[in-house]
Amino acid sequence: MADEYHQNNVSSEDTETHCRPAEPGGAAGHVQGDTELNGQPPSTRVIQAEDDDDEELTLKYGAKHVIMLFVPVTLCMVVVVATIKSVSFYTQNDGQQLIYTPFREDTETVGQRALNSILNAAIMISVIVVMTLILVLLYKYRCYKVIHGWLFISSLLLLFFFSFIYLGEVFKTYNVAMDYLTLAVIIWNFGVVGMICIHWKGPLRLQQAYLIMISALMALVFIKYLPEWTAWLILAVISVYDLLAVLCPKGPLRILVETAQERDEPIFPALIYSSTMVWLVGMADGRENRKNKSSEPESPAVPDQQAEDDGGFTTSWVGQQQHQLGNLQSTEDTRREIQGMPSARPSADPSDDEERGVKLGLGDFIFYSMLVGKASAAASGDWNTTLACFVAILIGLCLTLLLLAIFKKALPALPISITFGLVFYFATDNLVRPFMDQLAVHQFYI
Amino acid sequence: MTVAVFFGCAFIAFGPALALFIFTIARDPLRVIILIAGAFFWLLSLLLSSLVWFIAVKASRQEEATAQKGLLIFGVMFSVVLQEVFRFAYYRLLRKANEGLAAISEENLSPISIRQMAYVAGLGFGIMSGAFSMINILSDSLGPGTVGIFGDSQYYFITSAFMTLAMTLLHTFWGVVFFDSCERNRWWAVAVVLSLHLLVSGLVSPSPSHRSRAVRTHNTCADKRP
Repeated sequence: MADEYHQNNVSSEDTETHCRPAEPGGAAGHVQGDTELNGQPPSTRVIQAEDDDDEELTLKYGAKHVIMLFVPVTLCMVVVVATIKSVSFYTQNDGQQLIYTPFREDTETVGQRALNSILNAAIMISVIVVMTLILVLLYKYRCYKVIHGWLFISSLLLLFFFSFIYLGEVFKTYNVAMDYLTLAVIIWNFGVVGMICIHWKGPLRLQQAYLIMISALMALVFIKYLPEWTAWLILAVISVYDLLAVLCPKGPLRILVETAQERDEPIFPALIYSSTMVWLVGMADGRENRKNKSSEPESPAVPDQQAEDDGGFTTSWVGQQQHQLGNLQSTEDTRREIQGMPSARPSADPSDDEERGVKLGLGDFIFYSMLVGKASAAASGDWNTTLACFVAILIGLCLTLLLLAIFKKALPALPISITFGLVFYFATDNLVRPFMDQLAVHQFYI
Repeated sequence: MTVAVFFGCAFIAFGPALALFIFTIARDPLRVIILIAGAFFWLLSLLLSSLVWFIAVKASRQEEATAQKGLLIFGVMFSVVLQEVFRFAYYRLLRKANEGLAAISEENLSPISIRQMAYVAGLGFGIMSGAFSMINILSDSLGPGTVGIFGDSQYYFITSAFMTLAMTLLHTFWGVVFFDSCERNRWWAVAVVLSLHLLVSGLVSPSPSHRSRAVRTHNTCADKRP
């Protein structure tokens, strides 16, 4: 289990959203710019018109891409919330905790509890940072096989072991009798097909489904094993870390992406959910370049390396650059890389625009689902809190994608959504809930 | 309470909204985004109004039931006013976005008209309002218990479901009327929407009148249909 977390941590850097500017001269300004066109010399207007066309293309695909991400994020959250509400295993406190959060929260005083949770969060975040740095170093020194093997083992553990536990708990909840033989066959098939889909080729929908399931499993593990205050603190700190790691010039994730760009390689596509991959497999160079281009409107990478234990779900893998399977081994690098498609690309091929997909790191999925799952587990059984967090996260994702369309560079997906989610969780749980309860008692409708 | 009650109340409360969503909104990504943003704006207004109510409750003396009831009514009125304010704010935001979309598109035509946006925004408000009112009741209806065993009305779930349905549809209609009157600068119509919203939310009476309250609200619903 330790491997997975390590791997998760390492891949945190990758989780930023990367959006390579498709048009070098693209007007990275406002999406709604219109008034500037007035009163300007014709030549500038032409250029701006072209830029606006590019912007329009971005926007035209913007709404579709947002929905292409809303659906899987919603599905992941639905799976997590449904599991939390029905399978009591994931909300039970067994007294076990991850080795990364050694301090216990069942202390006598509130101050001690706060201190313990701060220490836990600090340890977890430093583990993540260290892992990220190790990953950057490994990538810099071209130890691709190490990274690839690590991701492979993580995903193996996740697909077999965690899903075995999950299935066992579901059977216990619904009192289904199951013999070991059938169980072994089910888990074996599930795991092997998952490994094939994620690390090799597979139907797009199946691959997406596996990624969603993996993210949900990981989120459930976090919900179960992270104590209450530690979990909220980790969410807050990791969105700050994501912001810093992706946007600061010396941030590890940014270094990773830039290195990948210099080498003209994709970062490993593992651990990235992508919406249009399937037709990229086995394509020739020309297509690949166009594909690279199409990978622009990528979503923020997931900062959480914790998703690592999923072991490189190479979604992007199948998609983008993996046109040569031979390259697979060598390009199993950070997820970010995937978004950081090399700048040496031919100009945008218009026919590809319709097929541009959008990517979001799996760590983003995991943390979004963890927030919503924790909200449904901890909020006094109240569904309003869950619903509020859900809407807040979706709106944060929408805003992030809008910023992506405007700035056309890698952006972190966590900060806005997690901030909204946290604000709405605490506000709804403490302020809105008593108000709505009173309204329901007196049957007021607002 | 049984699963039948759960499904019955759920479909009563959310059936039309779900149908509207599936048939008119789900296909168009832009409308889905506007819907969810509308829900977000309603949520923001609720957050702020419950903050105000919470502060008022904490500042007051908590023992008196009448004072608490009065504060609740104040909270409801304030929430309604704030919702309309946020509806106006959303209208302004959508106007700006519409201009942007129009400027960016090839024929200088926005892909969505302000009327469609009004409908979608109203539905977003309505769905969120309905969900917040009804979801907890629905989840309670799945568990064990008897409605009204202590002397309250046994029709609590059904009336709640119908009221939720009415509020969802009303929000949709109010959204359309509101945006249209803002477009044409007919501020009296905006005031009518606000006062109708206050009227409907303020229809409070002791328990036996659950049915009459629902009927009155449904009449308002019928009048609002454009």
